[in-house]
Amino acid sequence: MFQSPLRIPLIKGRKTYQSITSDLLNPLMNKPAKLWYLGITLSGTALLFGAFMIFWTVWQGIGTFGENRTVGWAWDITNFVWWIGIGHAGTFISAILLLFRQKWRTSINRSAEAMTIFAVICAALFPIIHMGRALLAFFIFPYPNTRSLWVNFNSPLVWDVFAISTYFTVSLVFWYVGMIPDLGTLRDKIKKGFKKTIYKVLSLGWKGSARHWHRHEVTSILLAALATPLVLSVHSIVSMDFATSVIPGWHTTIFPPYFVAGAIFSGFAMVLTLMIITRKALKLEEYITVSHVENMNKILIATGSIVGLAYITELFISWYSGVEYEHFALMNRATGPYWWAYWIMMTCNVISPQLLWIKKLRTNIIFTFFLSIVINIGMWFERFVIVVTSLHRDFLPSSWTMYKPTIVEVGLFVGTLGFFFTAFLLFVRVFPVIAIAEVKSVVKTVGETHPENL
Amino acid sequence: MENINYISVSFDDEIPLLEAVGKLKESNEKILDVLTPFPVHGLDRALSMKRSRIPLIGFIFGAFGAIVGFGFQTWVFTINYPLVFGGKPFFSAPSFIPITFECTVLFAALGMVSAMLIKSKLKPDSKFIPFDENITNDKFIILISAEDVESARNRIKLTLSGINIIAIK
Repeated sequence: MFQSPLRIPLIKGRKTYQSITSDLLNPLMNKPAKLWYLGITLSGTALLFGAFMIFWTVWQGIGTFGENRTVGWAWDITNFVWWIGIGHAGTFISAILLLFRQKWRTSINRSAEAMTIFAVICAALFPIIHMGRALLAFFIFPYPNTRSLWVNFNSPLVWDVFAISTYFTVSLVFWYVGMIPDLGTLRDKIKKGFKKTIYKVLSLGWKGSARHWHRHEVTSILLAALATPLVLSVHSIVSMDFATSVIPGWHTTIFPPYFVAGAIFSGFAMVLTLMIITRKALKLEEYITVSHVENMNKILIATGSIVGLAYITELFISWYSGVEYEHFALMNRATGPYWWAYWIMMTCNVISPQLLWIKKLRTNIIFTFFLSIVINIGMWFERFVIVVTSLHRDFLPSSWTMYKPTIVEVGLFVGTLGFFFTAFLLFVRVFPVIAIAEVKSVVKTVGETHPENL
Repeated sequence: MENINYISVSFDDEIPLLEAVGKLKESNEKILDVLTPFPVHGLDRALSMKRSRIPLIGFIFGAFGAIVGFGFQTWVFTINYPLVFGGKPFFSAPSFIPITFECTVLFAALGMVSAMLIKSKLKPDSKFIPFDENITNDKFIILISAEDVESARNRIKLTLSGINIIAIK
């Protein structure tokens, strides 16, 4: 097969199959570094703090939140949308980039998918406790009951339940199916003991037969084809939670594509944050290279620009439509008491990703790391702006109010961050963080004739 | 494979493996299985493998999911417990679509994955012993059925002369 000599290799350092296996299993086989213990102590503490706040909320009720009669949705729904959005990058990398045959995805898809799963768990927490009686959360599922009532299938909130539970299940299955061959590698590398038995069970007797690989590949590509519209549907439905209401500032037809672009934008920012730490901590610089970071940065420019366009379109339409409520809602966002949140959002999400047009900056790891955190913050504020500023000054000026979070709400958010990082730190210790078999299949087909590799 | 006589030929890369598969096919050897550490492209064609029917299974499950999702919502809102929501008709099909779609994807995905696992006989097995521990690392193996092992070994050696082989057993 002809390969352009201009195409740079995906993996640096002329790897053999054996060295790929040992490099990628290294983080699992050795004792973790001091940094790992430090990380898990911090994130574990945050997780415990959050767990206590969950207990406190369930015990006391949501009177512990700063929400009031005017602002009924606030910090928790902001977090819900933020986490769901972060999850989207994983499916985007593993499904959409697979359909587009983007081979560079092989170095990051495993951990991005793991991130999706943890993020969706974090997201699901918020609507459940926001229901007030978390122990009755199963009421949202349609099951035969003594009241002979069903859920309202016309409501986007119910669609959300279906969308998110399907998304979680399919992502989990996709992740696990992709991991079976690598679990086989782990099983064969570990010599004996309890760990070996665990991996034997998990790898489902994978033997690398050509027929099995064939079925495995067919299944993976079809799962990708299913997950692609799924991931677009999930955030579209989340956006309909807002868009189908009659609240000015929420009642917008642009929401579904705008939310999906925003989700992928924030998700890639989170992938970058995590990957830049991971490649350093686990010494995977040869697998997650600067060109991987650059590719992700290019996606940040694309999605960030769509998000910027959506913000500006929203502003334009609020003026052009001539609807005074819409006009007021948007003006209140930009110049009202929450102006600072709006302008943080604008700066972080619209202006900052434009810096990535400069090649020097988008290939700079430290700048990218810093920027990814800026974008994470900006996207959190986007949801905060949408949720809170649209509500706090409603149709009746006598009920205008301000919203301030309580320590319980902040604690819940910190707790989910703790869960997310704890889960990720445990994940890098028990599963191969990069898809070993997939990397092996691309190491020789891309860039072998590049001068850097000869 | 206790009762079958076979010969295993191992390689260290995909290109000699593909060449060898081609040559063995030409000389009408019966290839039992090919074991590789990663999916080798072109191997399914070289082995003239039949296309998997997993896409069909996925379609059937997906169609079933769509019918279940749409049918259930219709049944609930037109027959079992009709309720008026916002003055809309009982049978408000457009708003049934999101859940129908999610059910389609869920059923199709779970159906396909189960089909793959069942067809490949992949199941949790704590007693599993791999054919060779390096298959999942860097070894490529062809298993060839042979009635008389000694003569078959010499024959295969001759057929594969010129290809980079690690071992014939």
